[in-house]
Order: sequence, then C-alpha cells, then structure tokens
Amino acid sequence: MTAPSNDIDALLDRARVLVCCGSGGVGKTTTAAALALRAAERGRRVCVLTIDPARRLAQSMGLTELDNTPRAVGDVDGAAGGSLDAMMLDMKRTFDEIVLTHAEPARAQQILTNPFYVSLSSSFAGTQEYMAMEKLGQLNREGRWDLIVVDTPPSRSALDFLDAPQRLGRFLDGRMIRLLLAPAKAGGRAYMKVLSVGMSVFTNVLTKVLGAQALKDLSLFVASLETMFGGFRERAETTYQLLKEPGTSFVVVATPERDALREATYFVERLSAEQMPLAAVVLNRVHRSAAPELSVQRALAGAEALDETGEAPLAAAVLRVHADRLAAAIRDERTAARFAGAHRAVPLVQVAAQAGDVHDLDGLRTIGAELANGPEASAPVA
Amino acid sequence: MTLFPGVKLHVVTGKGGTGKTTVAAALALSLAQAGRQVLLTEAEGRQGIAQLFDTAPLPYEERRVALADGGGSVYALAIDPEAALIEYLEKFYNLRRAGSALKRVGAIDFATTIAPGLRDVLLTGKVMEAATRDRRGGGRLYDAVVLDAPPTGRIARFLNVNAEVAGLARMGPIRQQADSVMNLLRSRQTAVHLVTLLEEMPVQETVDGVAELEAVGLPVGAVLVNMVRAPLLPAGSLDAAAAGRLDGAEISAGLKRAGLEPTDRLVAALAAEAGEHAGRVLLEAREREVLADLGRPRLELPLLADGADTDGLYELAELLTEQGLA
Ligand SMILES: Nc1ncnc2c1ncn2[C@@H]1O[C@H](COP(=O)(O)OP(=O)(O)O)[C@@H](O)[C@H]1O
Ligand SMILES: Nc1ncnc2c1ncn2[C@@H]1O[C@H](COP(=O)(O)OP(=O)(O)O)[C@@H](O)[C@H]1O
Ligand SMILES: [Mg+2]
Ligand SMILES: [Mg+2]
Repeated sequence: MTAPSNDIDALLDRARVLVCCGSGGVGKTTTAAALALRAAERGRRVCVLTIDPARRLAQSMGLTELDNTPRAVGDVDGAAGGSLDAMMLDMKRTFDEIVLTHAEPARAQQILTNPFYVSLSSSFAGTQEYMAMEKLGQLNREGRWDLIVVDTPPSRSALDFLDAPQRLGRFLDGRMIRLLLAPAKAGGRAYMKVLSVGMSVFTNVLTKVLGAQALKDLSLFVASLETMFGGFRERAETTYQLLKEPGTSFVVVATPERDALREATYFVERLSAEQMPLAAVVLNRVHRSAAPELSVQRALAGAEALDETGEAPLAAAVLRVHADRLAAAIRDERTAARFAGAHRAVPLVQVAAQAGDVHDLDGLRTIGAELANGPEASAPVA
Repeated sequence: MTLFPGVKLHVVTGKGGTGKTTVAAALALSLAQAGRQVLLTEAEGRQGIAQLFDTAPLPYEERRVALADGGGSVYALAIDPEAALIEYLEKFYNLRRAGSALKRVGAIDFATTIAPGLRDVLLTGKVMEAATRDRRGGGRLYDAVVLDAPPTGRIARFLNVNAEVAGLARMGPIRQQADSVMNLLRSRQTAVHLVTLLEEMPVQETVDGVAELEAVGLPVGAVLVNMVRAPLLPAGSLDAAAAGRLDGAEISAGLKRAGLEPTDRLVAALAAEAGEHAGRVLLEAREREVLADLGRPRLELPLLADGADTDGLYELAELLTEQGLA
C-alpha cells in the first residue's frame, strides 16, 4: 500500500463506513464511486452502495444485474490486494426482503399483495432513505468488506437521509397505527375516549370515501406490520446508531452554487449537533482556468478589437471562451473562499468540472485523484 | 400561432434542479398575456413559487402574484393535500366538522402518508377543480392552469391516479374522483411538458419520462430545454478544437493583432480551454439529437446571466411566447 499522501487517502485507508451526502445533482453518486474505487486500488476490500447512477456509469461498473446484491466490478487494479464490489439499491425489493425474512410465508404473501403495502413500499417519500439505511445495516453485518461507501438518494434536501428513516419508523410505530390495531393499548382511559371519537369519525369517513374494503385492507396491513417485527422505529434507530460508530464518516458534496452550499451548510451543522464525524466537504464541478494571467477584461477587449476588423475570428472566439471560463473560475474561487472562511474547521476538497460526464472507471480515477490531491493535478497542462 | 391550441391544463415536470418551477412560472406569465387569467399551482409543499415571486409563503388560497404584459394576471396556489381533503369532504359530504376532527387526531396526515395515491388524487383533484370551473359553480374562472408537478421520475405515477388508487379504493367517491381526473388528464385539454438540460442524466430522464407517460396514455407536450448556453466557437472549428488540433499559429497571430503577447504557454492554454468548450458543445449537440428523436416540439431557453429573478422570468416568458408555446 502506498503511504497516505493526504487526508482523503488516510481516510480511505482507515474508514469502515463512508456516507456521501448532498443535495440533488451535485455529484454524490460520482463521488461515492470515485472514493470506493480509489480505496479499492489502494488495497482495501470495498463495497459501494449506489442509489441512482447515470446509465453509462452503471454500465461501466457492471451494475446491470439488478438483484440487490453486490457484484465484483471488473477492471479494478487489484495489485495492492484490494477489490471493489458494487450494487444499486432496489428500494421495493429491499422492503420486500424485510417482509420475507420476518414473516411466515403465507403471511408474507398477504402483506406483499396488500394494496397499502404496495403503495407505501413503492412510493412513500422516505422509503428510499429508509431502505438505503437498512441495506447499509445489512451489508455491514455481513462483515465481508473493510469499507462500505454509501451514496444517498436524490432528495432535494440533504438532511432527508438522516431524517426520513426515523420519520418512517415513527410513522409506522405511531399513534394512528396503534389505534387501528388495538385501541386498548393506546393509553389511559381518558385519552382513549377523546381519540376514539376521532377514530370512529376516521373509520366512517374512510369507509365513505374509499369504500369498506379499504378499511379492511388497511387494518390487515397494519396488523401484519405489527406482528412482523418488533418496531420499525427501533430498526431505524439501530441503523442510525451505526452512523455514530467510530469508523463512520460523512463526506458532504456540494457545487459552488448558492442552493447547494446552503444545503451543505445545514448538513455540516447537523452533523456537528449529532456528533457525527465530517470527513470533508467536497466542492465539486469547480471551474479552473489554464491561463489566469490573461484577465477577463483584457481577453474581452482583445476579442472586440479583433471583431472590428473581422480578421482573426478563431482567436477572437478563443479569447471569448477564455473570458467565460476565467470569470466562472473567479466566481467559484470566491464562493469557495467564502465557504471556507465561514467553516474554518471543515476540510474543504475541490474537484474540477470535467469536460464531459464521468461515466467510466478512468473518469472515476481522475475524480479520485483530484479528491486526494486537488484539481491542479489534472488542470490542462500548457 | 400556438403549439397547443385548446390546452387548458399545462403540467410541467423535469429532473429536479433543471428549472421546473422557473419554467412553469414563465409559462404561466406567457399564457397570461392579452388579459388572460392563469392559475399557477404547485403540489409539493416547497413554496417554490412564493420564493420565485419573492412573496410570503402562499396560504391555501388563490393569490395574485404577477401581472402579465397586456393586463392578464397570474394567480398562485400551493396545494396542500390536507386542506384539499377537508375542502372536499365539506363540499361533497357536508363533513366540515368531521374534517377538522380528523385533522386533530392526525388522521388525514396518516391517511395521505400511508396511501400516497390518495394524496396524489387529492392534489390532482384540486387542479382539476380549478381547471374545470364554470360560471355556475363559483370561484375564479381561469383561461389556463399550470401545474408545477413532481419530477420526471415520479410524474407518470403521480398523474396516473387511476392506477394508483385502483387497489386502495375499488369503489366510492375517491374512485370516481380519480376517474374524472384521469379523463381530464388524458384529454386534449392537457399537455405534459418536460424541462431538461443538455446533459446526459436529465436527457435520459426525459426520454424515460416520455416513454412512461405514453405508456399510460398521458398527452406529452413540449420538451423545454433550459439553461442553454450559446456556443462561442465557430461551428467549423469545433471538431478540430475538441481533438486538440486548433492551429496554434493562427491563434498566435490573432493574439498579436489584438495587442496580446502570444507566448507558447498562453496559446496552448487557450487552445486547451477551447478544446474543453468544444467538447461540451459537441456533447450538447448529441443530447439535442436524442431529444429531437422524441419527435416532440422542442423549445429552448437561455441560461440567464443574472439567474432567474423576476425580470428574468418575464424574459423567459417572452421567449416561450415567441416560440409558440402560448
Ligand atoms: N466533477 C465533475 N465534472 C463533470 N461532470 C460531473 C462531475 N461530477 C459529476 N458529474 C456529472 O454530473 C451528473 C450528476 O452526477 P451524480 O454523481 O449522479 O450526482 P448526484 O448523485 O448528486 O445526483 C452526472 O452526469 C455526472 O457524470
Ligand atoms: N434559464 C435559467 N437561467 C438561469 N438560472 C436558472 C434558469 N432556470 C432556472 N434557473 C435557476 O436554477 C435553479 C433551479 O431552478 P428551479 O426552477 O427551482 O428548479 P426545479 O424546480 O426544477 O428544482 C434556481 O436557482 C433558478 O433560479
Ligand atoms: Mg445520485
Ligand atoms: Mg421546483
């Protein structure tokens, strides 16, 4: 194994679980895959749990078989003794598997075909987060890997990953469910009295609006959930604890844009409140210029001068490209500096905007190298 | 000229972050020209419309948020499933009190959470109500309704309410409500537009979204390409630039003429930047072709340098009008 050259490599060599978070579209999946590949090529046995890889990236990682279990990724350099397995989360299947392992076959079948189960397991806002956590817990218990890297679902808010599983757990363990199940269990008498009025209104309206069958389906579903396993909430909390264990770290991904950085800030603050370790904030898709010495103003003035005579259209166009690029680089640099200034204790890592999409292992290696060494390493060489 | 004559309900979807809310608002402004009244609705409780128009969070109430050129107005409504259910119970069953009792015990929240299909029927039901009002029923009459809908990944499921509640409610009023929503959505009065960027993932989602919408018989409208950047290099130089074969001597001579010192380093750096730019332009051209294969009207909106603020919205609305969307 090569000696750790910086914090990211040191992290990759010792972490047991890495969670990549951030708002939608910032590069979570790409970062998770790049970190996993780099760790594997540095000699660790790694598993990456991706959620929604772009199609071509999925293909080049061999994520075409959707059987909800990790598969070895081909073309990984195993010279240092490491390996990389990858899988893509199938949320419905993960939910189905929980049912199948915790209920008698006949009962399980009943649950799986219940319309409320079908609806909840395929579209509850939060099911995906819950199942991602669940899968992480499962993979971790298997004990086959030195490091598990987790990508997170494409929600608008990065905090959803932390909050949604418990929300679902609370919901499934909640008051209404308990009332529907066994009114006597719900609490003291007085409490019951108030609620049971509400309950009878509820069942009346439900019957009226959805039909009598719906109420039967709902009670059946709720009853099966209860007997199936001891509390969704408990389950969610157990996995949540895994996130607080030593060896688990978070990587928060953002782009140098206002909305993405605001989300990143919320997340960083939340991690610190929860005493969960933040390994780094990755500022992804940062623009760089290869010729910062030629200012935006001079480049544009030059282009305009050439336009007037119309003599050197190529040079004029090239100058405009440069002005555009340098302006973006300056903007991004300011944004990065402002963020760094406001979060001095947070390690900030920058990754350059690549010319094209990142869709193969070489692309991931480039991102991995930038994560470890900074973007200079791959800036266009003059 | 308009691309969608007779369409009353415009549903706007797209991958998250591509500019759905922005484009939906611009479309509403564009439709509101010439004195027309337009309702812009949002269904995800994010208050994106209020943010965009820089007003306080919208209550469950139709509020005017903008005046269009020519005297028309855009009203906005953030649809809340809980309020929609209470309104619904009250209207059809005289169950106002029951509605608030249910709300108190958390039953509505519960029902709409455990049965997301129910939630969607309530949301789309409210949109339908607004789009199909007539003089007799009361309430403001609109010439058009725009819905800032959930993202592409969920749109077919969201709109295909019939299938969604089929298992949950085999009969009863919710079932009937789902049926009439479906009738409107599948009719010529509705068009589902997809917002995208010229990047791999949003384009892929658009292609998948169109296929899913078609599979369930929902009318696909236009593909709206947002945040388009003008190519800066002459078309004839793109291939050479991308391949790193730009004529260094030509650049060098041009720089000298512009009064800049053409060091080898500078020329190489500029050529490299031009190469990356060209690579992106070529990639965008390929994505454009993929979109063209969908055979739908394709409209383009530029990346606004100052972001999509209120002035920007009017600019985008104007461009939609010019391209025949409204
Ligand atoms: N540094 C980068 N330069 C260029 N493209 C990038 C970079 N990082 C990510 N991408 C591209 O951006 C898109 C979204 O990335 P992805 O990792 O799927 O985001 P997320 O998982 O946060 O939604 C993908 O097409 C990916 O190839
Ligand atoms: N044409 C445009 N030019 C510049 N910025 C835009 C444009 N369209 C949208 N934006 C910006 O992009 C971001 C995302 O847009 P938004 O409409 O909220 O997307 P969505 O609703 O799809 O998540 C916002 O900051 C918005 O101001
Ligand atoms: Mg992703
Ligand atoms: Mg939006």
